[in-house]
Amino acid sequence: MEVKSTAMAGTLESSDAQVTVEPGTGIELSIESSVINQYGKQIRATVLETLERLEVKDVKVTVVDKGALDCTLKARVEGAVFRASGYSEDEICAGKKLPWGGAIR
Amino acid sequence: MNPNLNRLRRSMMFLNAQKPSLIKDPYIYKPDSIMLDLEDAVAENQKDAARYSLFHALREIDYRGVERVVRINGLETAHWKEDVRVCVAGRCDSIRISKTESAADVLAVQAEMEKAEEEFGVEKGSILLMAALESTKGVLNAYEICTASPLLFGCALSGGDYTKDLQTKITGTGVELAGARQMMIIAARAAGKQCFDTVFTNLDDMEGFRKEVEMIKMMGFDGKSIVNPRQIAVTHEIFTPTQKEIIFAEKVVKEVDDKKAKGIGVFTVDGKMIDIAFYPGAKRTIEMAKAAGVYEGDL
Amino acid sequence: MINSVGRDIPEEVLKATGMKPFAGAYARHNEKYTKAAPTVRGVVDPKESKMVDSIAEVLKKCEIKDGMTISFHHHFREGDLVVNMVMEEIHKMGIKDITICASSLGKAHNPIVPMIEDGTITGIQSSGVRGQIGEAISTGKLKGLAIMRSHGGRVRAIESGDVHIDIAFIGAPTCDCYGNMRAVGGKSDCGVLSYAYVDAQYADKVVAITDTLVPYPNLPASISQVYVDYVVKVDEIGNPAKIATGAAKPTTDVRKIMMADYCTQFVINTPYFKDGFSYQTGVGGASIASTISLGKIMKERGIKMGLGLGGIAGPMCNLLKEGLIEKLVDTQDFDLTAIESVKENPNHFEITASEYANPMNKGAYVNQLDFVILASLEVDVNFNCNVVVGSDGMITGAQGGHPDTAAGAKCTIVIAPLLQGRIPAICDECTAITTPGETVDVVITDYGIAINPRRQDLIECMKDVKLPFCTIEELRDKAYAIVGKPDPVKFGDRVVGVIESRDGTIIDVVREIKKYEFED
Repeated sequence: MEVKSTAMAGTLESSDAQVTVEPGTGIELSIESSVINQYGKQIRATVLETLERLEVKDVKVTVVDKGALDCTLKARVEGAVFRASGYSEDEICAGKKLPWGGAIR
Repeated sequence: MNPNLNRLRRSMMFLNAQKPSLIKDPYIYKPDSIMLDLEDAVAENQKDAARYSLFHALREIDYRGVERVVRINGLETAHWKEDVRVCVAGRCDSIRISKTESAADVLAVQAEMEKAEEEFGVEKGSILLMAALESTKGVLNAYEICTASPLLFGCALSGGDYTKDLQTKITGTGVELAGARQMMIIAARAAGKQCFDTVFTNLDDMEGFRKEVEMIKMMGFDGKSIVNPRQIAVTHEIFTPTQKEIIFAEKVVKEVDDKKAKGIGVFTVDGKMIDIAFYPGAKRTIEMAKAAGVYEGDL
Repeated sequence: MINSVGRDIPEEVLKATGMKPFAGAYARHNEKYTKAAPTVRGVVDPKESKMVDSIAEVLKKCEIKDGMTISFHHHFREGDLVVNMVMEEIHKMGIKDITICASSLGKAHNPIVPMIEDGTITGIQSSGVRGQIGEAISTGKLKGLAIMRSHGGRVRAIESGDVHIDIAFIGAPTCDCYGNMRAVGGKSDCGVLSYAYVDAQYADKVVAITDTLVPYPNLPASISQVYVDYVVKVDEIGNPAKIATGAAKPTTDVRKIMMADYCTQFVINTPYFKDGFSYQTGVGGASIASTISLGKIMKERGIKMGLGLGGIAGPMCNLLKEGLIEKLVDTQDFDLTAIESVKENPNHFEITASEYANPMNKGAYVNQLDFVILASLEVDVNFNCNVVVGSDGMITGAQGGHPDTAAGAKCTIVIAPLLQGRIPAICDECTAITTPGETVDVVITDYGIAINPRRQDLIECMKDVKLPFCTIEELRDKAYAIVGKPDPVKFGDRVVGVIESRDGTIIDVVREIKKYEFED
C-alpha cells in the first residue's frame, strides 16, 4: 500500500494509541509510550509487522502509546494506513472492500 | 442446529467497539453477552476505525465464553455491508440488526452474511442474527421479523428510538413501552424466539432498574440490555431461578417422568396439582439454573 | 550480596551505609540494643520565652549549619506548607548538604527539587516520595542515597540512632506559647500528630510551627512542651482542602466492588473473623468498599470489631459510630469524617507511630492485627510486594505502614487489579521489593485469588468457599497472556536509593533510571 497523505487513528485515552502516518522514504518510526521500558520492543515489533503485512514500504509513522494491547496497536496502524491510502469510509461505503483476514490479520 | 440459538442471555451489555479500555476485558463482569457496537456509540467519522478495532478484538481477545454480538449500522446507512463483512471475517457469534422493520431487512442482512461466509470460508449457520426493533413499524412487524430466519435467535426493544417514533419519550413509568413490550414478547414466543428488553440509562437509580427488570421478567422476557457493568449483578439475580424454584422444578421433572411411565396424568407435588403441561417450564428452569451455574442436582 | 528475598545488595552500599542485608521479617526478634538520646538544652529560667518571630530567626537560634539533618511529619499530606517554608529559608541562608528526614514527602514538595539540584539538600529519608522529588532521585540528582523507610522503620531508625535529627520542625494545628501541640482545632486540622512524636523525643532541637496560637495550656497535648525548644507562629501551615477531603463517595467501579466482595468473603471465612477481631484497611476504592460490605455482614452476624487500626477514613468511623467497632486506634486521618471522629468519639484514640508499628519496641499495635487489607503496585510470584518504585523504574510511592502491618497481621490481604493499563500487577519479579512475601498471605485480583502456599492453614479453610482461587503463577500467566511478558526495566549502575526493611536491614536498592533506547 502507498501512504499518499497524512492520516491519524486512535486516541490518547488509557489503553489506546494514537498513530499518525505520513508519506516518507523507507520506514521511519517514532514511538512514545507510557510503558516503553517494559513493552517498547513489543510495540515496535507489532507496528513493523503490521506495516509489513500491509506492504507499506515508505512511511513516516508516529506512535503515541498509552498502554494499548497489541490488538489495538494493529487496529490503529491499519486505521491510519488505510485512511492515508485510498480507503476512507466514503470509499469503503462506495464499495471498496477491506482485506479482512488477508493483509488485516 | 447452532447451539447458541437458545443460550442463556440474561444480560446483554453494550460496549463501544472503538474504545480499547472497554473491550479489552469485559468478561470480568460476567455478562452473558456483550454487544460490541459499531452503530450509535461510534462517531460518524470513526466508523472505519471501529471496524479494525472490532476485527482484532474478535480475533485476538479471549472473551472466555461470553457471547460476542456485534451491533451493525442500520440498513438505511452505507456502512452496514462492510460491517457484516468484518463481523463474519472476525467470526463473531451473532449480529444485531439495527432498526429492523420487516422480514426483508433480516433477509437482506442474512444474504450479505452468507456472501461473506462464502468469501471468508466461514461455516454457514455458525453466526446468528438478532433483530432490534426501534420503530412502531418494527414492533408491529415483530412476528414476521421473528419468523424471518431460522438463524434469528430473538428480538430486542430499543426504547429510545421507538418512543421518538411514538411521539413520546422514556418517562420512567414504563407506560409508553407497555404496548411494545407486550407485542414483542407475544410475537417472539409465538415464533419460538427469545425476547430482550431495552436499556435503562439512569445508572444512579438502581432501585428503578431493579423494578424494571423484575417487571420484564414477569412479562416473560429472557433478558435485559445493559449499559454498565453495575447493572449485571441485579439482572442475574432476578433472572436466575431461586433454589426453591429449582427444587420444585426438579421434583416436577422427576415425577412427570415417573408417572408418565406408570400412565398417571395428574398428580400433586408439594400439594400442588401437576400435569404434563408443567413439564416444559420445569425443564426450562433446570436448564436455566444449569446455564447460570447454580444447579447442583443430577438431572 | 544476595539477601533473603533474592535481591542483590551491592557490597559498596553495605559498606557505605553500614547496614546489613535483609535476613527475614522476624530475624531480629529478641535482639537487645541501647536506644539513642538527644542532646537537650535545659530551659531552667522561667522568664525565657519560647516564642520566636520567624523561621529565619528560629533557624539561627537552632544554629543551623551545613550537613545537618532536619525532620518533618506528613500529617498535612498534600496540603503541607511547612517543608517548603523551612527549606526556603535554609536555602536563602546558603546552607548546604542538608538531609531531610521526613515521615513522608509528596507532590506538595515539588518546590524543593531545585534545592536537590543545587546541593542544599543532599540526603532524603522518607517513607517514600511522589512527584518531582521521586523523579529527581531516580534520575540521580540527589548527591547522597535516598533511604525509604516504613512508618515503623522510621521510628526504629530514630530511636536506635541510625539517624540523628538535629532539628525537628513540627507543624502543629494548634500550639500554645510554651509548645504544647495539638492536632485538632485551628485552621489546618489534621486529627492526630502520631508521626511527629518520635521527632519531638529524639531531636536535639524541636521547633513547633503553628498558624493558630491558643491560650496556655493547650491540653490534652499530642506533643508536650517538655520536648519543645521554640514556637513560631506563621500565617498558614497547611491548605485544609488538601489535608483532608470530604467523605469520598463509595466507588461505583464494579471491578473494585467485585474485589472488595472477594476480600470480604475471604475475611469472613477465616477463623480470625470472630467477635473482637482486629482490622486495618486503606483508603483505596476497593478497601473502602470492603469496609462497607464487611460492616453489613458484621451487623447481620452480630460480630463486632475490637480494634480498628492505622490510617483512618470515614467508613471505619461510621462503623465505630454504629457500635460495630469497639475502639479505633489512629495514626493518621484521611478525611474530615476521621478528623471529626477523633475529636468527638471517646473510643477513637490517637497513638504514636512507635506504638503503631515500631518493630524494635516491646510490641507494637500491628502485632495484634488479625487482618490488614493492603494495595500494591506489583506482587511477584513469591508474594513479595513493591509499593515504592513504579513499573517504569521511577520512585513514585511510599512504604507507609505496608511492611509493618504485613509483618504484624495474622492475615495479610493484598488487593490489586491484575492489569493497570498494560502493566501486570502480578509478575515474575518486582521492579523493587518493599514487603517480603513471607508476610503476605493472600492476593486478590479481579481475575482470581491466590493464597500464599506458606499458609496451608488458610488454603485448608477456603476448601469449600466459592471464590475464584488459583495459584499466583496462574495469575501471572493470565496477565502475561493478555499483555505480553514485560521486559525488565533497564537501570543504570548507580544506586540512588535504599529500601530499608522495617528492622533496619536492606531489602532492596533502587538504581538510577536509564533513558529507554531501542537496542538496534
